[in-house]
Amino acid sequence: MSEIILTDENFQEEIGNHKGVAIIDFWAVWCVPCRMVSPIIEQISEEYAGQIKVGKLNVDENRNIAAQFGIMSIPTIMIFQDGQMVDQIIGAVPKSVIIAKVKNYL
Amino acid sequence: MIEKDVVIIGGGPAGLTAALYSSRGLLSTVLIEKAIIGGQIALSEWIENYPGFPNGISTAELTNNMKKQVESFNTQIMMDEVTDMETLDRGFLVKTWGEEIKTKGIIFTPGASPRKLGIPGEDIFTGRGVSYCATCDGPFFKDMPVLVVGGGDTALEEAIYLTKHANKVYIMHRRDKLRANKIIQERARKQDKIEFIFNALPQEIVGDQKVSKMIYKDKITEEIKELEINGIFIFVGITPNTDFIKNSKLEIAIDERGYISVDKNLKTNIEGIYAAGDVIKKSLYQVSTAVGDGASAAFNLQKYIEESYDE
Ligand SMILES: Cc1cc2nc3c(=O)[nH]c(=O)nc-3n(C[C@H](O)[C@H](O)[C@H](O)COP(=O)(O)OP(=O)(O)OC[C@H]3O[C@@H](n4cnc5c(N)ncnc54)[C@H](O)[C@@H]3O)c2cc1C
Repeated sequence: MSEIILTDENFQEEIGNHKGVAIIDFWAVWCVPCRMVSPIIEQISEEYAGQIKVGKLNVDENRNIAAQFGIMSIPTIMIFQDGQMVDQIIGAVPKSVIIAKVKNYL
Repeated sequence: MIEKDVVIIGGGPAGLTAALYSSRGLLSTVLIEKAIIGGQIALSEWIENYPGFPNGISTAELTNNMKKQVESFNTQIMMDEVTDMETLDRGFLVKTWGEEIKTKGIIFTPGASPRKLGIPGEDIFTGRGVSYCATCDGPFFKDMPVLVVGGGDTALEEAIYLTKHANKVYIMHRRDKLRANKIIQERARKQDKIEFIFNALPQEIVGDQKVSKMIYKDKITEEIKELEINGIFIFVGITPNTDFIKNSKLEIAIDERGYISVDKNLKTNIEGIYAAGDVIKKSLYQVSTAVGDGASAAFNLQKYIEESYDE
């Protein structure tokens, strides 16, 4: 597993200061559709290792970051470029859709 | 390119059951799902009216079991979206983003999506307070007031679920009578947190970064009123997922409301293509009926394949 477990504490360091493209999977234990997205995110982290930084953030345990980005629906996948949020996908979607969106920033 | 006997498009209860019958009938079968195995029912937490589970069953468990069952008969599950289909000299070609599949038959089980209210603010605030899935988003509204729009079974059941999280749940309905089943109505009326607003027509969703109000019209007095809430959950029916079929090279007959037209054997206007579940016109849209249609469609398609490929 090459995804990074993001928290309120390490978010700035891992994502805010990251040069390049990162994607973040906002999820929670109770969210059934999140369970479908998680394996896709894991695959992307392996297939695009070195190209895309991949993180997961549990919204129940890290409320500050979830609130900062106004997360009110999960799964949400946010795409970051050089520490800035540039795009987002709300809801479960196929891997191809995530890849197509992320590729715009590579 | 891969070759299969049967391609099933959509992994909800109808598609999973069609896959079960088809693969158990020893046809090579692929089931293609673009989002969530389990389909719409995965958006609810619990199901109480599917037979065999006297205490109800969690939808995660039910759909996971359906998935395991089809996999045990060697259905291939492909997580991808079908983008186009066409007719070949013999059989059909089904295209996804990542694969092309040549097949003898197709079963359409793409189900339906929540219908939108179609009012200003709805799209901009989707994911910012507007939701179509209570189990996905309910916990974000802990101790806040929310609004449920709709008067059917789903609206009331999801409103009852939301009382676990929200401190107040309004149910807004455009008529003065609910459509929901009596048992569910009674249960909803017993909840202290639930308050009904009847004869109300939603006009606009407003807010700044997030939803703050629903503006609605009182049908009786014609007055425009406001309701302050943090979340709006919309359950006002479904629309069939048939745009990708209309835009494809296949000429499948689809009615004016977007449902696939089928005969009593679940066959579409094209030989070798069947449809089942929430995507066809019928009187009851439920898991039990989707499962029934899925089985019949797979059975009838198998008969067709055996008759027309018997050489
Ligand atoms: C909140 C809620 C609560 C409900 N509660 C109950 C209940 O208590 N009891 C009950 O019996 N029923 C309930 N229902 C209704 C029930 O969920 C549906 O009737 C049932 O899921 C229909 O099954 P289906 O397989 O026809 O379609 P769906 O469940 O809609 O599944 C279709 C699948 O096809 C996929 N798909 C669509 N297009 C494509 C494509 N181009 N390529 C690949 N895949 C595609 C979709 O992603 C989806 O997963 C509820 C529905 C909702 C929304």
